[in-house]
Amino acid sequence: MTAPVLRVEGLSKAFPGLKALDDVSMEIRPHEVVGLVGENGAGKSTLLKVLAGLYAPDSGRILVRAEEVRLKSVAHAAENGVGMVFQEQSLLPNITVAENIMLGHEDDAIRYGVYDWPKLFGLARAQLAKVGSTIDPSAQTDSLSFGERQVVELAKVLTLEERTRHEPVILLDEPTSVLEAEEVEMVLRQIRRLRERASVVFISHRLDEVLEVADRVYVMTGGRCVAERDRASCNVAELQELMLGHELSDEYGRRAQDRPALAGEARLSLRDLSSGHHFRNISFDVRRSEILGIAGVGGSGREEVCRAIFGARDFEAGEIRLDGKPVRFADPSEAVASGVSFLPSERRTEGIIGGLSVRENMTLAHLSSIMRGPFIDRSKEKQLARRWIDRLSIKTRDAETQVGLLSGGNQQKVALTKWLIADNPKIFILDHPMRGLDVGAKAEIFGLIRDVSKAGIGIVLIADTLDELIALSDTIIVMRDGVITGRFDSRDTPPTQLQILEHMI
Amino acid sequence: MGVNRIFPGGGAAGQARPGISLLSRLRAWGPIVALVVLFVGFAVVDPTFASLQNLQTLANRSAVPLILAVGMTFVILQGSIDLSVEGVMAVSSLTFGMVVLNSRTGLDLGLLGFPIGIAAGTAFGLLSGLIVTKLRVPSFMVTLGVWSASLGVAMLLSGGSPPIIRDHTLRAFGLGYFLGVPQLFIVSVVVLILAWGVQNHTRFGRYSYVIGGGEDIARLSGLPVDRYKILVFALAGLLSGLGGTMESARIGLGHVDIGLGQMFAAITAVVIGGTSLSGGRGGVLQSAVGVLILAVLANGMIFVGISPFVQKSVQGVIILVAILGATWHLRDRMRIVK
Repeated sequence: MTAPVLRVEGLSKAFPGLKALDDVSMEIRPHEVVGLVGENGAGKSTLLKVLAGLYAPDSGRILVRAEEVRLKSVAHAAENGVGMVFQEQSLLPNITVAENIMLGHEDDAIRYGVYDWPKLFGLARAQLAKVGSTIDPSAQTDSLSFGERQVVELAKVLTLEERTRHEPVILLDEPTSVLEAEEVEMVLRQIRRLRERASVVFISHRLDEVLEVADRVYVMTGGRCVAERDRASCNVAELQELMLGHELSDEYGRRAQDRPALAGEARLSLRDLSSGHHFRNISFDVRRSEILGIAGVGGSGREEVCRAIFGARDFEAGEIRLDGKPVRFADPSEAVASGVSFLPSERRTEGIIGGLSVRENMTLAHLSSIMRGPFIDRSKEKQLARRWIDRLSIKTRDAETQVGLLSGGNQQKVALTKWLIADNPKIFILDHPMRGLDVGAKAEIFGLIRDVSKAGIGIVLIADTLDELIALSDTIIVMRDGVITGRFDSRDTPPTQLQILEHMI
Repeated sequence: MGVNRIFPGGGAAGQARPGISLLSRLRAWGPIVALVVLFVGFAVVDPTFASLQNLQTLANRSAVPLILAVGMTFVILQGSIDLSVEGVMAVSSLTFGMVVLNSRTGLDLGLLGFPIGIAAGTAFGLLSGLIVTKLRVPSFMVTLGVWSASLGVAMLLSGGSPPIIRDHTLRAFGLGYFLGVPQLFIVSVVVLILAWGVQNHTRFGRYSYVIGGGEDIARLSGLPVDRYKILVFALAGLLSGLGGTMESARIGLGHVDIGLGQMFAAITAVVIGGTSLSGGRGGVLQSAVGVLILAVLANGMIFVGISPFVQKSVQGVIILVAILGATWHLRDRMRIVK
């Protein structure tokens, strides 16, 4: 067996009220791709951040090439050949690709204090060539797609090769979570290529993806490293079981008989809704308790349609009816007042306000229900928060905990609660409600969405994956290039993914 | 300019590729178009607006604002702000006025007055930078304090009787023309060209974009962010100092009110030119266009006979319209403006 390039022994790290890492030991060997899987809050990101020099561990040892090191900073980790691509992309949009790649290491391209641009572009091109990319290094970074930016991140982290004498260890925190299908494939291809020149640790929630690329997989739960598997000897089901500690019998199991009967008038009707080239002649109904899923690739117009319903963008022609009455919201506050709610896909920045408490996040959109005269009735507010924490079994120390400290699934529950406490919620628009959640949290949010719909609320759903969409929706419409190209009744005879895909592309 | 979007994929994030389309190029040219339209408009109403004499007046009015706008641009590019301009100009003006041949002191250092006056300004800029970075106070508050403090120092130096500058060489420099161009304006253009080079081709310039675009990323990348922030305030102080001494050489006085109204004008010029107040986007050439727009506007209103009593209001309205035009394409229901 080859000696590991990176080895951690008994690593622990605690945050206030949370043991993020608990006696973690693992090793990464040369030219190896190691997958790191686990539920949200299992400690995966924390582990990578410790290895990248961002957090100091409370105890335990880190050995780089058999030498113990104390990583003081990101720069120090880089000196040791360890580099990380963060979950939130860390490229600056307002400078060139070359500047991003060479940031902080431009010395060779500066002569007498002046940038030698051709030289800088050349250096960057050489890094891009390592990942087989032909992205123009002089391009402004915000002109790239997210997938291309991810490739630039990889090229950037590979500058470690020139800066250290060693082959680098590259840490990737969910490099594919925000990408569309074809871009995911491109990034995975890059990770495979990296194996020739580096060791890679990568986190992903897509277990099939991990098994496709990784040589070995570590499974973490609750801050502990609970299992190590070779790719050859394991499968998705086993990983899921290890992550959860129990087998998921029927992951998204939903049968028609569990679903309430769809009866009565439509809660939400769209008739020939059009807006320039973004979407044209969109018509559909959402009845009480119905979950309507919209399938489509990026640019299909489905996000724009949802924005139009919510009043976040205008439309040119057509009609929206809410419980039979025509509506046209000038802005989202009118939509909220009428019982239309929106759960944005960017949970961390748009769904919750991380610095505020669970209580404050829950009530911020509907303060009127807890006002006494001009003042907020604090005890009533607390009561309300506690009630919802119990009802949705939100895992938090108490109602005063900052939402930013909760795990992703629990953050999502808080974001949903914000809309559930409305007096008369009618329509929920859910934009990627399961994005970035692990299997367990997904299943919980799944159940929650169904419960919400049972209360008579109509739901418009944009999901991350087609199997989620199929499992959750009563009706599925497919959009392509701004028009509806397919409709499926998903209640009794759900369509296959292929059937939907045919109408998407 | 605080552009956040609630809805990703709503156009700006994924598919759209800014900076490439014809429309976005036009937008970049917007301020220049506005400048040309204003200029031509005034010239049509009164042809003497475009006379050599008035062009010289315009150049004279723009000289010091150009220098100040350059300093302000770098500060704003980094995502900070400098409100101390007027105080720093005052200190430099009085320092300058009291070390050259003048009515108050016995000193007569001649041209040396410039570096000394500028050094005084730089010192206050440095002070701002040190407080911002070492004590971690937002630049808005720090420079507000330094503005007041430096103004106080200037008043102390002035003691109620501003030094009258009697050095004829300096006065000649401040009032003179070279080939018909005001000499102070030539200095400004040289500063502008140097600043443009610094902005695009030096570490300081490029890192200013980096810091303004994402200070956290800059820090994570191990850049000495504090060093460049201190440097930018020192540079702004230096240029405020240069502006103060130049203006003093022109009017022949070291005066506390030398920079009156200049700070706000500089920020306005930077913003009209298209530099984002949230940092990371824009540049000194854009700001120069902003300065010229303001100068043409102020001067042109006199030509077309707008009453002095309403000129301020008209100027304000036109500035608002200009900014509205420059940011019109960013309008979105979900855009967050602060």
